[in-house]
Amino acid sequence: MTTTLAATENETVSLEIGGMAIALRTGDPSFRRLVENRYAGFVGPSASSHFEFDIDLCEPRESSAGDELEVKIETGEWLLNWGDLQARWNPDTGHGYVRQSCNPYAIDAILRIVHSLILAKEGGFLVHAASAIRNGKAFVFSGVSGAGKTTISRLAPPDATLLTDEISYVRREGNRYIACGTPFAGELARVGENCFAPLSALFLLEKGPQNRIEPISPTEAIQRLLRNILFFANDPELVKLVFQSACEFASLVPIHRLVFVPDQRVWDIIG
Amino acid sequence: MAEKYIARSKAIAARMLGGEMMVMSALDSTFFTLNEVASTIWQAADGRTPLSEIVAGKVCQEFEVDRERAQLGAERFVEELSQHGILLVSDQPLIDSSPTPVSQ
Repeated sequence: MTTTLAATENETVSLEIGGMAIALRTGDPSFRRLVENRYAGFVGPSASSHFEFDIDLCEPRESSAGDELEVKIETGEWLLNWGDLQARWNPDTGHGYVRQSCNPYAIDAILRIVHSLILAKEGGFLVHAASAIRNGKAFVFSGVSGAGKTTISRLAPPDATLLTDEISYVRREGNRYIACGTPFAGELARVGENCFAPLSALFLLEKGPQNRIEPISPTEAIQRLLRNILFFANDPELVKLVFQSACEFASLVPIHRLVFVPDQRVWDIIG
Repeated sequence: MAEKYIARSKAIAARMLGGEMMVMSALDSTFFTLNEVASTIWQAADGRTPLSEIVAGKVCQEFEVDRERAQLGAERFVEELSQHGILLVSDQPLIDSSPTPVSQ
């Protein structure tokens, strides 16, 4: 049997990622502080939030480990289920409700899913990638686990601003794209800088014996990009939207293969 | 042998890029890159033209290939894509299918 922890007062924390602010309302001050600490650098004023979630905390369910994430839309509302995390969100009203245990990973999941849905409507996406700004331009380094996202992040020179070593935020603005910092950290275990820059190129990472940037066919670029785009929802119309977004992106932003040796010299050929 | 009629599914996203057709299933996100011959068959899959006519009238004409070999290849291609729900196959014209237009 689950129990709801008593809500003694309203505590709101607003997290702004990619210029999109989501307010999290909880009755638990210690949970609010946990969220503020975890997403330090991305906490903003609550009054400017675009969306808001009421969070109801409960005791963790014993058998939730290994449950599969389910995201679906029903009568205009997105429904999320993942172990002891249940959430619903109405993109039109901007309001959502979350029931979860006092677990920061649940908030991570909510943020990733909601932002991916928001971005999809605008032609952008979240992607498994590190990203950084150098000389006023953003570069995205995409790859699956082990491809070298954290490695290339660790090797970044002092004049590079790291946006993330794990999940990059790519937003479309007209015929250009910008890359924004995110608090979604990988093995580097630190949040990115909360800033953004126009996206100059996307690199598909591969480790190799020397540093070089290689051309890649448009179809291979799109296929590999699609493999790395974060996508949670089992909705055919959204899949089509993401596909078209990837094609549009590839037509406007250079995509290259970056073969690299894991040392700092790789950054000599970037930016 | 009974005629086969093929039509592009509506549950897909597709785009032609640089002479290659990319097709992605909206149901399971399976991704296909079609070569020139496959792209020709794909674009001709209107639900009304029998596969044998597509092979004879388009594939053999454009690519100067032996008809029997082309037909076998086309049937294998159609079989594979139909298993992923990307192409609809019937022994009757798929008149109500209104296949998805092809994006360029």
